[in-house]
Amino acid sequence: MDSATSELPGFTPLGRDSANGLKIVIVGGFGVGKTTLVRSVSEIRPLNTEEVMTQAGVGIDETAGVATTKTTTTVAFDFGRISLNDRMVLYLFGAPGQERFWFLWDRLFAGTLGAVVLVDTRRMSDSWYAIDRLEHRGTPFVVAVNRFDDDPSVYSLTEIRQALALDPHVPLVQCDARIRSSGKHVLLSLADHLHALATARETTP
Amino acid sequence: MTRRPVDTGDPERLYTVTGGRSRADDDSCDLVTLIVSECEPSPAMQSEHVRILELCRAPTAVVEISAAVRLPVTVVRILLCDLLATGRVTARHPPVARFRGSLPDSDLLKEVLDGLRNL
Repeated sequence: MDSATSELPGFTPLGRDSANGLKIVIVGGFGVGKTTLVRSVSEIRPLNTEEVMTQAGVGIDETAGVATTKTTTTVAFDFGRISLNDRMVLYLFGAPGQERFWFLWDRLFAGTLGAVVLVDTRRMSDSWYAIDRLEHRGTPFVVAVNRFDDDPSVYSLTEIRQALALDPHVPLVQCDARIRSSGKHVLLSLADHLHALATARETTP
Repeated sequence: MTRRPVDTGDPERLYTVTGGRSRADDDSCDLVTLIVSECEPSPAMQSEHVRILELCRAPTAVVEISAAVRLPVTVVRILLCDLLATGRVTARHPPVARFRGSLPDSDLLKEVLDGLRNL
């Protein structure tokens, strides 16, 4: 059979009635376990693609007052998928958290339900920018601490909340991104949080 | 997982695929917009269009098409514009497209919650 799908091991088509594509973005510093988390909960092997970005030189000092320059950058990102029911399918995007990828965030975050900030306690400062950015955008999020076996410091969640200067209403959970049930728990924390926010908004006159 | 570069540093190849265009006419296709074929590919079609029509026999998200045909999302959007304009594919747009700073309604989020609980 010469169909395109047969060339793609691991490509699993969605059901016929799938109609509602939803997304959640997982952000965090390099090596924090974003793809591991996506893999542990995704029904497909995580896939990787690229977006070619043409951006005007906005916010770059050297171009201020000069004719706008354009740069083209290619950004790679990973994603996975969870079919929630016959009609709804949830895509999980692993987004690079570094500041230089801020323009990718805007595109990924358009229409996202919410975000998971994945934290490595050995490099907590990597998460500050992500949290700041999400708060600024008004994107609801939860913070998940990925516990690494070789992490000698066992900070409590209270200490981590303080270190991240996290708002009291933002859920903070710990996880092992390699384990499916643990990854599922993280996503449920976010979905619970979103549902509670929406319910509160709807019942507020 | 092995990463193979999609953009091989050969812009001519991508321009050929898109007929010289570097951006889609409209930005209506989200990464998670689901695309469905409405016809079978014909021999006269450009090979990328053929592959998209084959893939999208079942609903397929823009981002999955991009990964499957190994072309950047930007290029896939341009190809989809052609197919959408001629009715060869249809698009099922996300229910919460491009909202900012607001949430979808609680009924939709309840469905998400139930779906995740059943994993």
